[in-house]
Amino acid sequence: MATEETTLEPSSVKLDAATSSPPAIVVEDLHKTFRIPTERVDSLKERAVHPFASREYRELHALDGVSFEIHQGEFFGIVGRNGSGKSTLLKLLASIYRADSGRIRIAGRLAPFIELGVGFNHELTARENIVLNGVMMGLTPGDMRRRVDPVIDFAELREFADLKLKNYSSGMLVRLAFAVMMEADADVLLIDEVLAVGDASFQQKCADAFHQMKAEGKTIILVTHEMAAVEAYCHRAMLLHEGRIQHIGVPAETGREYLKLNFARDGEGASLGSRGEAEGARLLSCTLEGGEGEELSTLELGEPIRLRVELELLQDVPGLHVGFVIANADGLGLVEFGTPVTPEDGELVAGKRVVVSADVDNSLAIGRHYVHCGVQSANGISIYVANAISFVIFGAQQTRGIISPRHEIEAEVVDGASG
Amino acid sequence: MIAPEETAAPANAGAPLQEVRGPSALGGGMRRFLDLLWLMSVTEFKRAYFGTVLGYLWSLIRPLMLFGVLLFVFTKVFKIGSETVEHYPVMLLLGIVLYTFFQEATSNAVNSVVTQEGVVRKTQFPRLVIPLATVVTGALNLCLNLVVVFAFIVAFGVAVTWSWLLFPIALLLLFVLTAVVSMALSVLYVRFRDVAIIWAVVSQVLLYLSPILYPVDAFPEETYERLLMVNPLAVIFTEVRVWILHEPGAPTALDAAGGWLGLLPAAAIFFGSCIYGIWVFKREAPRIAEAL
Repeated sequence: MATEETTLEPSSVKLDAATSSPPAIVVEDLHKTFRIPTERVDSLKERAVHPFASREYRELHALDGVSFEIHQGEFFGIVGRNGSGKSTLLKLLASIYRADSGRIRIAGRLAPFIELGVGFNHELTARENIVLNGVMMGLTPGDMRRRVDPVIDFAELREFADLKLKNYSSGMLVRLAFAVMMEADADVLLIDEVLAVGDASFQQKCADAFHQMKAEGKTIILVTHEMAAVEAYCHRAMLLHEGRIQHIGVPAETGREYLKLNFARDGEGASLGSRGEAEGARLLSCTLEGGEGEELSTLELGEPIRLRVELELLQDVPGLHVGFVIANADGLGLVEFGTPVTPEDGELVAGKRVVVSADVDNSLAIGRHYVHCGVQSANGISIYVANAISFVIFGAQQTRGIISPRHEIEAEVVDGASG
Repeated sequence: MIAPEETAAPANAGAPLQEVRGPSALGGGMRRFLDLLWLMSVTEFKRAYFGTVLGYLWSLIRPLMLFGVLLFVFTKVFKIGSETVEHYPVMLLLGIVLYTFFQEATSNAVNSVVTQEGVVRKTQFPRLVIPLATVVTGALNLCLNLVVVFAFIVAFGVAVTWSWLLFPIALLLLFVLTAVVSMALSVLYVRFRDVAIIWAVVSQVLLYLSPILYPVDAFPEETYERLLMVNPLAVIFTEVRVWILHEPGAPTALDAAGGWLGLLPAAAIFFGSCIYGIWVFKREAPRIAEAL
């Protein structure tokens, strides 16, 4: 799947196919500003006591002139950091907020939900909630009653269909919500960070459902932080930054822009730029690469791991040691390796850049993994960036182990001693 | 999952582009609005009855308790009831059941929008459904209670007459008034949280300013009768007593108000409430999600 969609070529072929169809969503010059009162007047008394007190506002430009088009049958990703305006954009598309200016036009029926499970009444049974939720999505009650059984089957909740939702586990709730959304059959779907829900087998089911919707030509907008999901599903992706469009293009490109933005030096502490700096050296980037040097955040089971780290020397050093640790989601270190960098590799003086690339056999089990990166020198440079890279190994082969080495296994049936 | 996909023809090919206008009171068409209103009201109604051990009894017990206490106080202690009004117990019961509907529906509506915060902030939901659902739920409740009340009325020996057919008019007026008051309260509460406290006091006061505990002609001077008729609820209750209980001496609202002119203030308040309720809800509806 990833090889098909994260490499540039197939994506651009799909892009052509998608952009040739008529537009499903047209957004023109959208503006939205929130006025945040610095002192909130919440009671009538305050109003009455200070009727003319000037109320001061801080203006927050959540969206500042956003225009784009999404075509019918397109799977469109919106990424951006917290506060970049992506949720505001979604709420405007879903008619939850009203735009200050600009135009939004949508073709077909839109599922007006931006989060799963909204509108569930926990005092009611799953059956009743399915009907209620479906009607919220614009179907008639009669229509929805006919769809109750398929929804329950999809959610794998047959035994619990008449149980009140308050007795459901959170995983069951999410499955139910996802199933309702799938069954509601809207033309345009807005999805906000829902892919990381449910257990592995249900995630697989969601992925299948997405692929099916994609095949059916539904228009889907996916808003997420997770580049892996965008690269796995989307035809195109848009990067929002401070209420403006920073980039629109194939997911891999947008993903690179997004990471650049995250690694930018003016980042909010969490970025590599500020963490990866010590007196004497600065870590510029630390990436997981694909076969053609593109940046990845997902790998298929067994696909080789290529790590690349680039650092800039700010002072002369006698020698360096650059090392990596790959840890799984539980924080357990699985692999550690490193290399010395000596003057034989090149002059180690201020201003030079050091690039270290590593190719590693991939025996990792499916799931999320992290790469910690460390740089040390004899004269006291010490950089250690935990979780410098986060990536997902995906594949169909479930394991209870923490690694999945390549293996050959065979079975044989032989005659027993008594036979 | 790895099955090859073909980019099929878009499912919604040919659907025209339509302008998205943002949230509104009705939002997304009348049919969806009515479907949702009915579904939400009925599920809430069912929940109230099947969610508790005694179910329906609870909704009846409250007005009946109040009725029992007031009946005792006003017939045994103050003795207004039993002496001046022929059917005092039924008048009291009918009045209390109708007023309970008004009070419960409006006070449930006050924080309805705020408690449904998730729905308001995360979906495109016709905002008007939320306060109206509490009113419709109350109305369903009222219908059940009225069955009991009318059984009581007949058992008490009140004759069934043609004027009973006028009762739905009173119910409709009461329903409309409850609905518009609920609409205004629910959106005002989003911005001013004192509304809940103020309304708790006002609705208590309104109980005493309506001829429920006492007959409208209980006053020694006509002036008070005239003043009472400024309250639209008082007009409704006065007419209900005439239409249902048809006591010989009971004044109609027109008598009590001293002519059509006297009914003008009540009509003005009624229509004023309608206009204000609809206007304020329409104005605030698009902003509710942001203000919460």
